[in-house]
Amino acid sequence: MTSSSGAHDTHAASGTGRDAADHLQGGGGPNPPQAPVAQPGESLAREAWRRLRHNRAAMASLVLLALMAVICIAGPWFMPWDLAEVDWNAFGVAPTLEGQHWLGTDANGRDLLTRTLYGGRVSLSVALVATLVSLVIGVLYGAISGYVGGRTDNLMMRFVDIMYSLPFMFLVILLMVVFGRNIFLIYAAIGAVEWLDMARIVRGQTLSLKRREFIEAAHALGVRDSKIVTRHLIPNSIGPVIIYVTLTVPKVILLESFLSFLGLGVQEPLTSWGVLISEGTSNMQGAPWMLIVPATFLAVTLFCLNFLGDGLRDALDPRTR
Amino acid sequence: MSTPLLEIDNLKVDFELPTGTVSAVKGVSFHIDQGETVALVGESGSGKSVTSTALMRLLPEMAKISGAIRLDGEDLTQVSASRMRRLRGNEFSMIFQEPMTSLNPLHRIGRQIAEVLHRHRGVSGSQARTRVLELLDQVGIPEPERRISSYPHELSGGQRQRVMIAMALACEPRLLIADEPTTALDVTVQAQILDLLRNLQKRYGMAILFITHDLSLVRRFAERVCVMRYGELVESGETAKVFNDPQHDYTRMLLDAEPRGSKAAVAEDAPVLLSGQDVRVRFTTKKRLFGKSDYFEAVRGIDLTVRRGQTVGIVGESGSGKSTLGRALLRLLKSQGQLRFEDTDITDFDKSRMRPLRSRMQVVFQDPFGSLSPRLTVGEIISEGLKVHFPELDRREREARVIESLEEVALDPAMRKRYPHEFSGGQRQRIAIARALVLKPDFLLLDEPTSALDRSVQMTVIELLRHLQQKYNLTYVFISHDLAVVRALSDTVLVMKEGQVVEQGSAESIFRAPQEAYTKALLKAAFLDTAA
Repeated sequence: MTSSSGAHDTHAASGTGRDAADHLQGGGGPNPPQAPVAQPGESLAREAWRRLRHNRAAMASLVLLALMAVICIAGPWFMPWDLAEVDWNAFGVAPTLEGQHWLGTDANGRDLLTRTLYGGRVSLSVALVATLVSLVIGVLYGAISGYVGGRTDNLMMRFVDIMYSLPFMFLVILLMVVFGRNIFLIYAAIGAVEWLDMARIVRGQTLSLKRREFIEAAHALGVRDSKIVTRHLIPNSIGPVIIYVTLTVPKVILLESFLSFLGLGVQEPLTSWGVLISEGTSNMQGAPWMLIVPATFLAVTLFCLNFLGDGLRDALDPRTR
Repeated sequence: MSTPLLEIDNLKVDFELPTGTVSAVKGVSFHIDQGETVALVGESGSGKSVTSTALMRLLPEMAKISGAIRLDGEDLTQVSASRMRRLRGNEFSMIFQEPMTSLNPLHRIGRQIAEVLHRHRGVSGSQARTRVLELLDQVGIPEPERRISSYPHELSGGQRQRVMIAMALACEPRLLIADEPTTALDVTVQAQILDLLRNLQKRYGMAILFITHDLSLVRRFAERVCVMRYGELVESGETAKVFNDPQHDYTRMLLDAEPRGSKAAVAEDAPVLLSGQDVRVRFTTKKRLFGKSDYFEAVRGIDLTVRRGQTVGIVGESGSGKSTLGRALLRLLKSQGQLRFEDTDITDFDKSRMRPLRSRMQVVFQDPFGSLSPRLTVGEIISEGLKVHFPELDRREREARVIESLEEVALDPAMRKRYPHEFSGGQRQRIAIARALVLKPDFLLLDEPTSALDRSVQMTVIELLRHLQQKYNLTYVFISHDLAVVRALSDTVLVMKEGQVVEQGSAESIFRAPQEAYTKALLKAAFLDTAA
């Protein structure tokens, strides 16, 4: 009796048990495309990649971003002009296809395209490193703080509050005094500030997740705390984290330009998109290309990042097919 | 009666999704007369809620409606949005399932009710206040003078549902749509709300469209019943007739879905597997840096003995501490009092000392949607415990164990590559059972494992649990507010209220001859057909 009812009731469960929401979402019905046979642990990443490939906007953004990175890294080697090389015959020349300066020159007669590409190297690397630093520290810190809870959480979050209340400029100047001027210092300083937000976001996520029954089930299975954090908590808070990362990158690029503008960041003749844009702004009326060129590079990058972030968030969620 | 109050004629609702069209309601026709109660019954996904939302014209944009909905001959699918707004609240109104979320937490309840009056009747000021007080009194809110300025969080679930009813009745509608109005409430409160609705119905002479999945409520409450399945009306007619002589197989199946039978008794001298003495659980409600903190005691000194092969049922309403007790037994929560598992005193065991025992005592939770991590495949979820307790197994052996346990719960092993969201509630609950079973436990804590499921699915899960218990001589602690299920499964029953045991004894004696007033009230409210 029991075994025959077993066969019958799976049928009943798959038929009547699906609720309205399932019906609305599950356009694919009960037979979604079978995932390729994958090893446990790898499957999420591989599945995510498969889903990301179907997202045309995200893929286009990914290609564009890769292209942007390649031309910023390799481009300067093929340019006829150097970063600091002044063309004494062309001060503030507008973009032209005939001459040697396709995207014009700046007020000091330096090739704008060359400088924008060099600036891209700085901006992109600052964005990458500082965001990674903030991501790793912030996610771990926030997850641990939220998961352990109690007094530890209190202490850890008060430390974050203290860091928040330190004036950012003060921190940077302090670092400058101690370590001297260095581009890695910018990475460190920005990373040291950006992870605070991330930690708060992840902690909030963790607090709401840790009351969920699947975490409790993991406890009941005897899963170690470290595993619960890395296997259950962090993957499930990835959605807001990715959104926040895509917001952090532009913030970091702008922060860097702010520092450079104050003379605390990159130094002439080295430049960054932020610096170029702020220079461009002051020449906006007479020579709009000085603003438009670096701003276009920055805008395209940020635009792509947003699309990519959106696509990633969807791709990493198994609920979206 | 010549023209019915509400007439639904061949109603179809299609949802146009990017992936294709989903038909939620496929040509449903029925009518409601003046002052009549019609129940719309069906399991989740049957289209009953979509039908009622279509009546209110509250469906999302992507829904395409065809057919006619006539209220007093006026076709609601054709009227303008502003006319519809006037009709809602005035001619018909609706109460929802979730009293927790359907009131705005930022406004006092008096104001929320008065808003309805203001919008539809143009009544305001002291006139509105008088009417609000009258309404609160009618829906049985004690001390309406004081309660009128309460915020929703200050009221209990039942009271909130009463406020919702007061809002719905403010303009004396002729039709009230009640969408699972009591599902989220405790059984005793459920009964009160239904009584209230019936009294108000007499008083205002309104018709009620009562949407529910619970057939026992229908029998008590509705004059006519319409049974829906997969968006179609499979049967309708007088309640008594449908219940006594169901024509359609599906109706018969639904009526038959009440859990039956009782558990074969276990020998009196079976070894004690788990026992607790004077178990207490405290939650800190307010922590002070200096001096004593404030506590709330959720479980107040409970003794409990579970013998091998037994099922101990714990029943109680929400807030009775039954789930807390269950978690304390597994040492998922800190507790005072002595706990023993077989011969081991586990009272003071910490996480690492509990770990070896974890494979032998497992748990299945209530919420089939919350108890599985959405980012892991079913195979990963089930094998997680194996990695902890049987690290010597290699991947292929683990895989074999996962397949075995999926077969055990009657799921296709090929499904281990999929993610939890692709499964229905009943299937997810099976996955949760498989996750526990794969470790070959002796003891299973079942915390309302069937409460979130449809009746027919519930049955199959209960059958599965019974079958597994027999096969592996499992020991269960079964926590539930559903007395019918507890009766069918348990050897002994504990009735809990406010953290204490009100009554305990064999299932037989508790259900046949309850001693305490509280137990009697519970049984009565649950509409169980027991010989008194």
